[in-house]
Amino acid sequence: MSVPTLFGLCAAALVGLGLYGVITNPQPLRKLLAFNLIGNGVFLLFGAIARRGAAAGFAGDPVPQALLITGIVVAFSASALAVALLLRLFQVTGTATLTDDQPAMAKADDRDV
Amino acid sequence: MTVASTLALVLALLLVAIAAWTVATRRTFAAVEGFVAYGLLLSIAWVSLKAIDVALTEAAIGSGLTGVLLIGAAARLRTTEAALSAERPGTPLRWLAAAASAAVAGAIAIGVLSLPDPAPTLAPAVLEHLPSIGLGNAVTAVLLAYRGIDTLLESIVVVFALIGVWSLAPDRVWGGYPGPRQYADPNSILAYLARVLPPIGIVVGLYIFWVGADLPGGKFQGATILAAMWLLAMMAGLADAPPISRTWLRILLVAGPLLFIAIGLAGALTAGAVLAYPEGYAKLLIKVIEAALLPTLVLTLALLVAGAPERTAPR
Repeated sequence: MSVPTLFGLCAAALVGLGLYGVITNPQPLRKLLAFNLIGNGVFLLFGAIARRGAAAGFAGDPVPQALLITGIVVAFSASALAVALLLRLFQVTGTATLTDDQPAMAKADDRDV
Repeated sequence: MTVASTLALVLALLLVAIAAWTVATRRTFAAVEGFVAYGLLLSIAWVSLKAIDVALTEAAIGSGLTGVLLIGAAARLRTTEAALSAERPGTPLRWLAAAASAAVAGAIAIGVLSLPDPAPTLAPAVLEHLPSIGLGNAVTAVLLAYRGIDTLLESIVVVFALIGVWSLAPDRVWGGYPGPRQYADPNSILAYLARVLPPIGIVVGLYIFWVGADLPGGKFQGATILAAMWLLAMMAGLADAPPISRTWLRILLVAGPLLFIAIGLAGALTAGAVLAYPEGYAKLLIKVIEAALLPTLVLTLALLVAGAPERTAPR
């Protein structure tokens, strides 16, 4: 099996694992981490496709590679915004739950915001 | 099997194993640590896919900065962990999720195995236009010339993300210092590294920024290393982020994208299209744009990790 195909299949597995984590893990931070796994899988698949596009003396198609750099930076800034939202949720409610029928919410009502 | 494909197989298996572990483990802190190790392995995967520029970006931003961000958040949210793990969905839902995830992964795998051969590629088109841009690194040339619009929008997106993070500040600390004040024992290894590493890191960061025109590297990777050095000093309590109301800070944050937009619009007059460069000036203008984006990126990336303001500004 060629190296790009191998990493393409690895990318498929990463997307699957990430998706499972996003659905089943109740902690928002872990969901974010799993979401990053999905993102990595998509990037890796795109990278494998870039490697297959090797031509004209380049070891990989430079266009997808450039888009990947843009993608990684944007994924980081989205993660940073998500973490900030999560920390603010924790500051306001004293918990990080995403469900709204939690007993933990009640005792957090009188916290200093 | 060649050495390269054996190495790739081992890497792919390790990546999937660590990814599975970060999903499965109960302790968030351990999951984040796993994620950082996984990010470094992923950069090796990029090297074996011959994408050195992406490998540098992955190691610096995907693994490094994201790791710092998540470790910081995990430490602050540690007290919520026990209550939240009680919300774990039941076995039937987990099986359903597993089946859905396996179906998605399977569909992608089928797609990977049935990719067209020979693969479509834009590499010849890049080679054809490379001489007129005057850069040796094709990836940088694509980022700043052929896909200049992506890079422009990206440099705006990171600033928007920072505005989004800042907007989460409670009213009473608006304009104040980001994040909690960090303290570290001045004799600790962290404080020692925060004194020793920055001089080296600043040189390496600037070198990677400068060499990006012709060799793997560039402003994103360089800016990340510079931001990391600043964050290291912040975490050791040796430096502090500026209050977000500082005028110089706000000017620097928008200066890079604004100059990029100005040069892009000027292209409409001098080269016939927005974001086009006049004949013979491409390399010069690209270097000017990159130099203007560097401070913006260093500040934005570091302040995104530092987080929303939590301490009031001095009167």
